[in-house]
Amino acid sequence: MSSNRQAAAASPWRAPILFAVLALLFVLEGTVRNGMFSGSWNTSLAILNMGLISAITALGVNMQWGYAGLFNAGVVGFLALGGLAPVLVSLPPVEGAWAAGGPRLILALLVGLGTLALAKIAYTRTGRAWTVALVLLAGFVAYRWLFDPAVTAIEANNSARAGNIGGLGLPILLSWIVGGAFAAAAAWAVGKVALGLRSDYLAIATLGIGEIIVAVLRNENWLARGVMNVTSIPRPVPYEIDLQQNPAFVDFAASWGFDAAEASGIWVKLCYMSLFLVVLLAIILLAELALKSPWGRMMRAIRDNETAAEAMGKDVTARHLQIFILGSAVIGVAGAMMITLDGLMAPNSYNPLRYTFLIWVMVVVGGSGNNWGAVLGAVLIWFLWIKAEVWGPNLIGALVGPLPDGDVKSHLLNSAAHMRFIAMGLVLLLVLRFAPRGLVPER
Amino acid sequence: MDILNALVAFLNFVFIPAAAYGAQLALGALGVTLIYGILRFSNFAHGDTMAFGTAITILTTWGLQSLGISLGVLPTALLALPVGIAATALLVLGTDRVVYRFYRAQKAAPIIFVMASVGVMFIMNGLTRLIIGVDDQRFDDGARFIINVRDFREWTGLAEGLALRSTQVLTLVVTAIVCGALFWFLNRTKKGKAMRAYSDNEDLALLSGIDPERVVRMTWIIAAALITIAGVLYGLDKSFRPFNYFQLLLPIFAAAIVGGLGSPLGAIAGGFLVAFSEVAVTYPWVKVAGYLAPGWQPDGLLQLLGTEYKFAVSFVILIVVLLFRPTGLFRGKSV
Repeated sequence: MSSNRQAAAASPWRAPILFAVLALLFVLEGTVRNGMFSGSWNTSLAILNMGLISAITALGVNMQWGYAGLFNAGVVGFLALGGLAPVLVSLPPVEGAWAAGGPRLILALLVGLGTLALAKIAYTRTGRAWTVALVLLAGFVAYRWLFDPAVTAIEANNSARAGNIGGLGLPILLSWIVGGAFAAAAAWAVGKVALGLRSDYLAIATLGIGEIIVAVLRNENWLARGVMNVTSIPRPVPYEIDLQQNPAFVDFAASWGFDAAEASGIWVKLCYMSLFLVVLLAIILLAELALKSPWGRMMRAIRDNETAAEAMGKDVTARHLQIFILGSAVIGVAGAMMITLDGLMAPNSYNPLRYTFLIWVMVVVGGSGNNWGAVLGAVLIWFLWIKAEVWGPNLIGALVGPLPDGDVKSHLLNSAAHMRFIAMGLVLLLVLRFAPRGLVPER
Repeated sequence: MDILNALVAFLNFVFIPAAAYGAQLALGALGVTLIYGILRFSNFAHGDTMAFGTAITILTTWGLQSLGISLGVLPTALLALPVGIAATALLVLGTDRVVYRFYRAQKAAPIIFVMASVGVMFIMNGLTRLIIGVDDQRFDDGARFIINVRDFREWTGLAEGLALRSTQVLTLVVTAIVCGALFWFLNRTKKGKAMRAYSDNEDLALLSGIDPERVVRMTWIIAAALITIAGVLYGLDKSFRPFNYFQLLLPIFAAAIVGGLGSPLGAIAGGFLVAFSEVAVTYPWVKVAGYLAPGWQPDGLLQLLGTEYKFAVSFVILIVVLLFRPTGLFRGKSV
């Protein structure tokens, strides 16, 4: 990190100009219809909404990487864990699920946690390996004895339509905070173990926890129905169909020259956009205030020279743990927001390339250490990622046009969709090498 | 009690699969540990490099098969392996030249290298998808079994059958040869000694006239060979799917760290440790228990963890090692 910091001053107009260019791209996407843009405001806003969620994720990663130089390779896991919150908090309760095995399940989870705590106590008190092993074994047996029948009972309850423990029926916006708390708890556990060791151990440990969280979501049907997916997660905004049946809205849409179907889609997306913008701006505000405080200066001092900071009496590992938890909580909030936007929890969609490493490309391209840079990078890269799906095949089609029809041509055309992985890798490598401070450098 | 049947069931479902898987992990972990020892970073592109090498080998295998060339009882992929290794070696040497050398000259922090390796991972992932797609591919041919279940039952008269697949034996034999050659190279040849010297102390090695770029090139070529072999053996034994290769990253890292990063012997031990724990924890022991304690009918499968959580095993091993012995069993590099 520190070795790549350049001392060049950037123009103060750089960020506003780049944001203006970005806005222009979205306006073009909304208005111009040709080979490059769709000309639909619905598409444009849909990309923007997901871009804003990516921006919040990127802010979380930027806290960890940009402020502290911590490499989190399990972003996908923290996102997925945050996404669990809307399912558990806001879904209406499943009839009979709690009675089938709820208390026993909670007890099993408590026993599981208690076992770990007891093992820790046994280790610090006695220091004998076999005592710890005995505690763990006994705890595991007790846990499985409590856990398995409870899970079987819950999953058997109305298994075609539910089979999960169900939610609490609380407002969906509350689940965003809970999502952050979930991710923060996981981050505490990982950080406690992997921080304070060599820098890439954290990367490897987070890679592991990411895979495990996604595996849990995929296989624990009682939790969120696993690969059967949870649909119809409540929304914080009106439904399109209600809007279309509301005469006042139809008139309002007609006065702007839209038909009701298109306008309702745009309206809903604008509502989401405002919600996301509020969260985004609140997080940026808090992050900027924190960065300008003595705490922020300490964080940067630690990042730029750990040894010196440690010599000044700063507890580097504790501060790293702190920022790792904070960053993960922000990622968790973004995960909950993403599930709210989709209205669907589909564990199979959590692909590390898309949700971990693409976010990293966003942060590095935008300018690590700069919140506005992370936001810019996130929205821009997300726009390009989506559009590359259209542009890639068009480009390949134009390139292979002169080739005779045959296996090679069809193979190239079919694999055009994979080109964007190569493109993103190239973008990351080029920025890392030639502009390591990113598009909007840290001040 | 029926110890023989229990033993056969154990060999068939736990020992043999775990040994083969362990050998594959060991080869993969050797690559990670060598790169760590010489270049001093954890290479996140490892899994995708493995997939790339295997993809090239598969394509060559198909080419050979269409020409009617085969190795008889052995899989044709062995014949195609050198092509895969050469292509992978060229690719990693190219990425080193274009990507990593710059940061080496800058003496960048290890985490920057890791970052760059993520970029390389994206590109290799895309390349593999471009070359062979994302689907499952099977490319094993030749004899499938050395011992099959029915023959074994007839020979021994036991109720429990034992299958020994040729790919499993092949994996172990190839791994033994490769490890032997690697240790001979590292301990007996001048180049190998130069590599170890460089890994131990970069500055001293430079002072004694060792050319660092040569050592680095050597390392990449050896690592390319190791991971291509690991990938092809894994693909022959199970099947080839690029995403699975990406996911192998975690057990491979776990194996390398358990053994101690930078320690080749540790990487081998770590590979087998991770593989045996993974298989033992996810195997339903009810069958073995049934032979050992007749009359006892357990309710469950006596499976500690579902197979879908096999990555959790690598992770737990990793955590335990990080907690109690961060330098690994064989005292690898600490910083």
